[in-house]
Amino acid sequence: MAKYILQRIIYMFITLFIIATVSFFLMKLLPGSPFAMEGKLSEEQLELMKARYGLDQPIPVQYFNYITNVAQGDLGVSFQFDNREVSTLIMKKLGPSLQLGALALGFGMVVGMLLGIAAAIKHNTFIDYGSTFLAVIGKSIPSFVFAGMLQYYIAVKLGWLPAAFWEGPRYMILPTIALAMFPIATAARFMRTEMLEVLGSDFITTARAKGLNSVLVTFKHGLRNAVIPLITVVGPLAVALMTGNLVIENIFAIPGLGEQFVKSITTNDYPMIMGTTLFFSFLFIFIVLVVDILYGIIDPRIRLAGGKD
Amino acid sequence: MEKILDVKDLKVSFDTHGGEVEAVRGVNFHLNKGETLAIVGESGSGKSVTTKALMGLIPSPPGKIKNGEILFEGKDLTKLSDRAMSKVRGKDISMIFQDPMTSLNPTMKIGNQIMEGLIKHQKMNRSKAKSRAIELLEMVGIPDAKGRINQYPHQFSGGMRQRVVIAIALACNPKILLADEPTTALDVTIQAQILELMKDLQKKTETSIVFITHDLGVVANVADRVAVMYAGKIVEVGTVDDIFYNPQHPYTWGLLGSMPTLDDEESELAAIQGTPPDLLNPPKGDAFAARNQYALKIDTEEEPPMFKVSDSHYAATWLLHENAPKIELPEAVKKRTQGFASMGASNDDGKGDTK
Amino acid sequence: MANEEHKYNKDRFEPIEISEEKGEELSRPQLSYLQDSWIRLKKNKGAIIGLLILLFIGFMAIFGPYMNNYTFKEQDSNITNVPPRVQGLENISWLGLDGKETEVLEGESVEALKEKALYVFETEPEFIESKVIQEATEDEMAKVEFTNDIYAARGIQDEYYWFGTDQLGRDLWTRTWSGTRISLYIAILAATIDMVIGVIYGGVSAYYGGRVDNYMQRIVEILVGIPNLVVVILMILVLEPGILSITIALTITGWIGMARVIRGNVLKLKNQEFVLASRTLGSSDSRILMKHLVPNVTGLIIINTMFTIPGAIFFEAFLSFIGLGLQPPLASLGTLIDDAFKSFQIYPYMLVFPSVIISLIMVAFNVLADGLRDALDPKMRE
Repeated sequence: MAKYILQRIIYMFITLFIIATVSFFLMKLLPGSPFAMEGKLSEEQLELMKARYGLDQPIPVQYFNYITNVAQGDLGVSFQFDNREVSTLIMKKLGPSLQLGALALGFGMVVGMLLGIAAAIKHNTFIDYGSTFLAVIGKSIPSFVFAGMLQYYIAVKLGWLPAAFWEGPRYMILPTIALAMFPIATAARFMRTEMLEVLGSDFITTARAKGLNSVLVTFKHGLRNAVIPLITVVGPLAVALMTGNLVIENIFAIPGLGEQFVKSITTNDYPMIMGTTLFFSFLFIFIVLVVDILYGIIDPRIRLAGGKD
Repeated sequence: MEKILDVKDLKVSFDTHGGEVEAVRGVNFHLNKGETLAIVGESGSGKSVTTKALMGLIPSPPGKIKNGEILFEGKDLTKLSDRAMSKVRGKDISMIFQDPMTSLNPTMKIGNQIMEGLIKHQKMNRSKAKSRAIELLEMVGIPDAKGRINQYPHQFSGGMRQRVVIAIALACNPKILLADEPTTALDVTIQAQILELMKDLQKKTETSIVFITHDLGVVANVADRVAVMYAGKIVEVGTVDDIFYNPQHPYTWGLLGSMPTLDDEESELAAIQGTPPDLLNPPKGDAFAARNQYALKIDTEEEPPMFKVSDSHYAATWLLHENAPKIELPEAVKKRTQGFASMGASNDDGKGDTK
Repeated sequence: MANEEHKYNKDRFEPIEISEEKGEELSRPQLSYLQDSWIRLKKNKGAIIGLLILLFIGFMAIFGPYMNNYTFKEQDSNITNVPPRVQGLENISWLGLDGKETEVLEGESVEALKEKALYVFETEPEFIESKVIQEATEDEMAKVEFTNDIYAARGIQDEYYWFGTDQLGRDLWTRTWSGTRISLYIAILAATIDMVIGVIYGGVSAYYGGRVDNYMQRIVEILVGIPNLVVVILMILVLEPGILSITIALTITGWIGMARVIRGNVLKLKNQEFVLASRTLGSSDSRILMKHLVPNVTGLIIINTMFTIPGAIFFEAFLSFIGLGLQPPLASLGTLIDDAFKSFQIYPYMLVFPSVIISLIMVAFNVLADGLRDALDPKMRE
């Protein structure tokens, strides 16, 4: 197990290194200068600006500086946001994004799980079809369409909830629901399949043969076995949530990382783009790693199989 | 001999997309106290469905018990509610399953899986149930039972798991044990161990056993009486001696003829031609007729009733009708029955004489 | 048992011939893999509805833009933001396809409101119909519902913009269907490229095994760690948004899923008895590949591709949404939705059509892919 974790961590760093390298060189290929839109700068001023950001040095030197800085957690300074440190900006904007992501993930997993369980227990009934239908809809309808609908009908037309910003629990409801649709759908589908498989397995019959009542069998023997693998969907969901975050934060004007990222794209703020990209990658890889380790710890089959070597 | 279980005209069917499949089509048999009854047949003959019906574990929907009675100590189990039935399950009647690799809950400790039944039926507290669980594990021959009670199923080998399954089944001293091919999924050497264990335990606990198998070798080893099932019906029933020395149904001949023996190099295995009928549309008359080389005209028209051969021996074939032509046993089967007879005479361990 | 002698007379007990084949006769008709799959798929109502929806949308994506005389880039400042109007449906007001805009205004008096309405709608009195909901009283404001006939006001009574027009006066019907065409084109192209690369990579990796497999898998393991969001955004930034660059960006990491599925299955199949048996009998590599491996992974490839397409459609729309989509005058469903979002509280009709179409496409593909999975998966066969 320890060997496995170590191997995974090494991979994580290789991947991050590659992302940093690739994004650095891609940025160098980009057409257009970040300073162009700051108005009419004279040649001299431009040279001065370049020197200030180290852009006058040969590319290999720039690359080396960049990698060493990144390794120390220094992601450079933003061109746009008053020359502030990228890492500071990210940390500052991280709060709302993490809140939204965690809310959507938690809400989505719980609702999806319940839907999936209900569908499996009431297999081939109205509940099952309804839950399956909801899962297909949730998986299919793009988050921006759904968010737009919610915002238009619930916030604008009915005025029940605020249509934008992130200033308290009431502001969190619509964005969370909009972002949670995908996790709900994913968890519901996964849970239903898993639960049906578990409920049809031999050990459930064994438990029934012991004379335990069916409710106890379903929840004590079935649920546990079906829920554990649900952890594995968290990794893929993390990416979906990051993608969703960009959209939802823009629609609901939430001052988070996603909104800032989109802004930095439209303003060619390279250090900000690269920094956020690296940060997203790190977050994603880290979540996947934690999920894998957690899964190993929780599932006795994997825990002990891994423990032997 | 006292009957502990009496099954009368049991019919079980399943609704499928294609229509209703009658998996069990009117089965009659009984189980005496303390005996082992083997039910033999090909895959799909309805053996497992019959045992599931006895446990009240037919998944419904799509399955249902359409007809018949299952009398256990005089009361009809088919009439019991699921709640009432769950008091019988595991306490009076319990079951061992085919595949020990899948029949234990992978995320639950062995000890807890054994204790569940004890806590439910015998109202034991946890510590008492635990010591009983250790006792049971020792009884089924698991070394270091105290330590292993906290382990998970995947830490046990297949044979050991089957011992655990047996321990779970025997936890509440059931009156009837249903064993659904308990050795099929195991290695041959382990099979023998498990069979020995079951015979041993039966002597100790005086449980009656219904033993489902398709392996006639196993039958000869453990059973007192044998019921041969084909296409959802029992076609021949008798004591082990009746079936092995004096088989009457052509299907039984086929089963015996296809059993490999060591003592005769020349004899070829006589496979039964064809495949079992589609129970979605069961054929008219005798279901075995299409594969029966001794088929009579009447076989295609009318189902044969059970003909009595002796007090203990019945078979459902028109060949036993007084008007039927007399048929010589096929050579391969003859050789085998003679072989069994001589083996039985020299190697009788007291099984053959049970009524 | 047989009491009635006459019923069981001797001739009923004549032996009969049972032909050996009869026992072996298959009780059900034999079907090829595809026939069987098609029968299974037909039973799945959702999948068939999905298929029909896709066929319809596909048809419209090809022919829709030619169904009227407007082009997707023709701008006209006189006819900006015109709501939809459809022949025959224009008299059913609740459908919202009558080319009129309706608004309820509140004010101190009905007269004042009428003035205000002219200003709000930027129109002339003869095109406005008003319906007084409530006269002004002591403690309540007047409420009047105004309906402005935009088509008449703009002098385009003879025109019918079925989906309305956008901020630049372009016909949305034409733009929507050509946008659908481009979205589908990008998604199908990306899915096809993913499929080709994925199948080759996964197949080679698994079939050759050993060191080749080892190296190829290390590469995949590293690539898998990179969130596709990041790769796609970086690529688009460098390549400049366009049909081809978006397609390429989508495929950069898109093929990995397919490669992994194919590798896993080929590895499993390679060691299965029927392949070993065939090899023992001296079959060549190519025969094993064509006769045993390909047919067994075809279903998987189809299913996987069917799931990739809606993913690609979503991602293309997503890119438009964060400002990395196609550049005007080209339109995709994503850019249309993005444009409409800017003013959707005033002109919701602009958002409705592309949103409904993209949602229909996504639902239909997912349902069809689910149906195909059930129909093609050999494990589900009995």
